[in-house]
Amino acid sequence: MDKFKLSYKPYGQNALLIEWPRMINESVLQDILRFKQLIAVDYPELEQIPAYNSLCLVARTPIDFNKLTRGIMAIYAEGFILPSHSKKVWEIPVCYDLSFGIDMEEFSLQKKMSIQHIIDLHTRPVYTVYCIGFLPGFMYLGGLNSSLIQPRRSEPRLRIPKGSVGIGGEQTGVYPQESPGGWNIIGNSPVPLFDPSNEKPCKISVGDGIKFYQIDKAQHELIKIQTETKIFEFKSYLSDD
Amino acid sequence: MIEVLKTGFLTSIQDRGRYNHRHHGVPISGVMDEISANMANALLGNSIEDAVMEITLSGPELLFESDAIITLCGAFMSPTINEKELLNDEVYHIKAGSVLKFGRPSRGIRCYLAVSGGFQTEFVLGSRSWYSSVTPVESLYVGMHLPLSKKSGLKKDSGSRVNSGHNYNSNIIEVEKGPEFNLLSEHHKAQLLNGIFNISKQNNRMAYQLKQQILKHSYSILTSSTLPGTVQLTPSGKLIILMKDAQTTGGYPRILQLTDASIALLSQKSTSDEVDFVLKQ
Repeated sequence: MDKFKLSYKPYGQNALLIEWPRMINESVLQDILRFKQLIAVDYPELEQIPAYNSLCLVARTPIDFNKLTRGIMAIYAEGFILPSHSKKVWEIPVCYDLSFGIDMEEFSLQKKMSIQHIIDLHTRPVYTVYCIGFLPGFMYLGGLNSSLIQPRRSEPRLRIPKGSVGIGGEQTGVYPQESPGGWNIIGNSPVPLFDPSNEKPCKISVGDGIKFYQIDKAQHELIKIQTETKIFEFKSYLSDD
Repeated sequence: MIEVLKTGFLTSIQDRGRYNHRHHGVPISGVMDEISANMANALLGNSIEDAVMEITLSGPELLFESDAIITLCGAFMSPTINEKELLNDEVYHIKAGSVLKFGRPSRGIRCYLAVSGGFQTEFVLGSRSWYSSVTPVESLYVGMHLPLSKKSGLKKDSGSRVNSGHNYNSNIIEVEKGPEFNLLSEHHKAQLLNGIFNISKQNNRMAYQLKQQILKHSYSILTSSTLPGTVQLTPSGKLIILMKDAQTTGGYPRILQLTDASIALLSQKSTSDEVDFVLKQ
């Protein structure tokens, strides 16, 4: 079990911010998530927001920073041997049709790669969800093939349609709502990543895996109807990698 | 029920916010000025969690379809009922058929209308606060009907004033050091704490940007949690104060954190108003 040197910082009157060394990797993420699980046992009243190398604990009322930090540090010092759990991988359909992937042709020219090769590289990895933020249900994914790295567009668009799949720098992901954005849009996913009418509006959690698979326009249309009538089922599998 | 005859500039139903969904990127939302909203609920003997109407810059026109007990707190917007002038911080018994109107704000920009028992609009993910992409509506529309509480008598402990409200003339925004404050050079810190800033045109429920910039910098962090009241510093030296509808994570250094009382006071300020950051001792 990796042990990291953590820093504990006050964040306003109501929050404590725990930070790991500045790096993006699975061992930091797994350490954050295991620590989070243990904190939830002793401090169920705290909201916990994980990100790449941080975990923010927020209370509804002012906290006693020193006392809380001592309590939380003790949990980490005790160490934890949790069984290594298998990772949940969600399969997300993406239609790479050019009517959705409005930047695909330009992207393919700049990369000197065929569109199908781009799609193959994009659907191959299991991406890791490092953080959810920016918009409800917006996932920050790690694991993009390095040959697909592409800077954001110099002029962000004011409106990116809901479900758009894009690449921005080393990141790839799906816009869960219509929003402004600067990513290169290569496709669209018909499944809702955030549904406020569900008690659990977002099925995916930080630490889960994401695998994109290619669908055609007709399948996109069908899945869209299935999600609207709430008969679409998210597919996921457990992976021990 | 209350029927909406005119909407005003930006009018929404808010309570204390939507908690426990931040890890999925859902903003807290809720009333911008908690001090005024809490006072309105307290005057009616409501629960602190009851939903109120947040009225911004220009008021709506509302037709009461049933009797109601109301109060108004926060910004003073020359309210009238059936053309008769009302005051803030007073409790009024309104008869069915009455029309509530507002004028221009003469102090502050956000007024809170509380009704006895609270507005009974839909709960979504544990809150009645309106926020686009979570709730079906994000602001009032003409012809909309807002449900009121059935048991809308005054509670026994009504009329208790929890506080005396804001000093609206104060520009002092009390802050604590943010998680990345110590990254800043002495020069940056001095600019931040000695400088006078004004609110830019970009101010809304998500964030307040300031007009003046401080020095450029190259401090950076990995995307991490943000809170209402966080002051972010962009690479070009722009200062952005996050408010209640702000995104839950961000990649800019978080250099200051407003106290809850300062978030409430700032919510009553608008374009060009002055802001002086003072570190809490």
